Amino acid sequence: MVIDLDRCTGCEACVVACHAENNISTVGEDQAARGRAKHWIRVERYYDGEFPDVKVKFMPVLCQQCDAAPCEPVCPTFASYHTTEGLNGQVYNRCIGTRYCANACPYNVRFFNFYNPAWDKPLHLQLNPDVSIRSVGTMEKCTFCVQRIKAGEIQAEAEKREVKDGEIQPACVQSCPTRAMVFGDLNDPNSEVSRMARSNRATKLLGELGTLPKVTYLQRDSWHAGEDT
Amino acid sequence: MPAKTPEQINEDLLRPLAGVSARYLIVLACFVTVVIAGFTAFGWQVYHGIGVAGIRRPVFWGFYITNFVFWIGLSHAGTLISAILRLANATWRRPVTRCAEVITVFALSIGAMFPIIHLGRPWLFFWLVPYPSERGILPNIHSPLLWDFFAISTYLLGSGTFLLLPILPDLALVRDHATGLRKKIYTVLAIGWRGTPRQWHRLEKAMQIMAIAVIPVAVSVHSIVSWDFAMAPVPMWHSTIFAPYFVAGAIFSGIAALIIAMGLLRKFLHLEEYLLPIHFDNLGKLLLVMSLLWVYFVFAERLTTWYGNEPSEMAVFWLTQRGSYSPLFWTMVTCNFLIPFPLLAIKKLRTITGTVIASVGVVIGMWLERFLIIVPALSHKYLPYSWGTYRPTWVEITITAATFAAMAMLYMLFSKFIPIISVWELKWGQHPEPERDSVLLRKDEEATA
Repeated sequence: MVIDLDRCTGCEACVVACHAENNISTVGEDQAARGRAKHWIRVERYYDGEFPDVKVKFMPVLCQQCDAAPCEPVCPTFASYHTTEGLNGQVYNRCIGTRYCANACPYNVRFFNFYNPAWDKPLHLQLNPDVSIRSVGTMEKCTFCVQRIKAGEIQAEAEKREVKDGEIQPACVQSCPTRAMVFGDLNDPNSEVSRMARSNRATKLLGELGTLPKVTYLQRDSWHAGEDT
Repeated sequence: MPAKTPEQINEDLLRPLAGVSARYLIVLACFVTVVIAGFTAFGWQVYHGIGVAGIRRPVFWGFYITNFVFWIGLSHAGTLISAILRLANATWRRPVTRCAEVITVFALSIGAMFPIIHLGRPWLFFWLVPYPSERGILPNIHSPLLWDFFAISTYLLGSGTFLLLPILPDLALVRDHATGLRKKIYTVLAIGWRGTPRQWHRLEKAMQIMAIAVIPVAVSVHSIVSWDFAMAPVPMWHSTIFAPYFVAGAIFSGIAALIIAMGLLRKFLHLEEYLLPIHFDNLGKLLLVMSLLWVYFVFAERLTTWYGNEPSEMAVFWLTQRGSYSPLFWTMVTCNFLIPFPLLAIKKLRTITGTVIASVGVVIGMWLERFLIIVPALSHKYLPYSWGTYRPTWVEITITAATFAAMAMLYMLFSKFIPIISVWELKWGQHPEPERDSVLLRKDEEATA
């Protein structure tokens, strides 16, 4: 995935779409204040300068699907593991809730179910049947909408063809009004996402930690230079 | 101390087993109440969900893991200290070893409960156990939590054996002095100990082997506990100093716990003639060494972090040094060094009261140290947007209090059923070779009679 920070307006449509797609329960005001809110994707806001001369930077942060993910080796039950496609899988049924993965994750993109999820009626009728509900005591996180990836692959196989570039879109990518997010196959050097990831604006979030994230952020150098521009 | 006759020793050390006073029962009832409260709090947490605890994003580990590390650390009191003293043939150790080994077994049992208590789904804890299951997967050997499982179970088994072996002759002694139902129970417990030379020889051999085997196990346990943290790329956790730092801290808190336990036993079981000022003096010196070693480790850890000046690490560094966690940090330094150092370094102050006060400080300080390693680092990880603070709830506080009560309760019960000072070892110490043999022979005659 590539996220163009120069295009992101911080509208949080991706956050809403993610909640709807992935059956992420809301926890209520009290619990949210106690740090129990779950947002598989969040828009981080960073401010540069003093009011009124302020520049705001928005940065959507989601699971970076690291190739060398710190969350994976620490899980004693293989709930967090690397799939053959290169995703960081999270098998909810295996999770016993040691929360070690969330501590090891440098991006803080893992979310814990402190209580059983609940939806006010009639919201329980709008749950996505393709995504399982997570019980109390389990860890959850962004899956890159693995249900959509699987559906796309099955569709392509049925039609006896390869998956087309841009055919599969996670909910956040699909809902982004400024097209700041692009999703595709990084193994295909000609895919749009591969071409953009080679841009000279490309950076990785906390790349110095050596986690080899699969999300690439694009941003002008001026963001690094700060007030000098 | 004038040498006591074996009969005197028997009488003094078996006295606590004879009966209980009203005061004992009241104190025991208080501890039992707190322990029950702890279990209730855990039940509450299982019923309602782990959310009733104070943990949150990003501080996913709080009081429970602090307690886990603290109690596992405290367990280094016994086995390690008593094994080292045995191997070094330090004769003054004789009245001390069992007090220490009992702390190990109980503290380890308490500490080992926390990895289960802290789970989101504690009813599935057995998934950490490697066994061929219908799920078709074994636990992940790459996870330090699995190393914990092996290390702690090995240590529990080893230190349990190390505690029980030298209890056998004393159980036989109680058996020989008891009547009725008690005699029957202790006959079973003593598993046929008759005190023949062959049995003594085997016991000696077994103790020798266990003393040597248990030392590397003890060191490995706390190294592995430290790797729960050091293996994760969290600022201030990911450090090579952690394993020796944790082992030193563990022995430090272990000696302190031992001194406190000995002080209480001396007072309440009237063992003034067995637990002597010299024991507190010697252990006080050991505690002093560990205190200095602890300061050295903290200084080395802090200096390299500060000099490296890595931004994410510095955020945590300043948070503990002069930020919101600094009151706890400086309390820790006071409890672990500023108070114990003069009390232990000045010969006049290194009395029984002095060492016990220093030890209480160390136990508090070491609990804080575990807390300060875990919580500030998690609350200030790399991305400032997700920083957060942690506050424990009544559930966590109750369970924490219950562990201390459980330790006291188990210790009180133990000292009523088994002589807390090794009777036969004391006799050996007081009656060197020629007389010792006669003691043994007498035992033999008693057994055959």
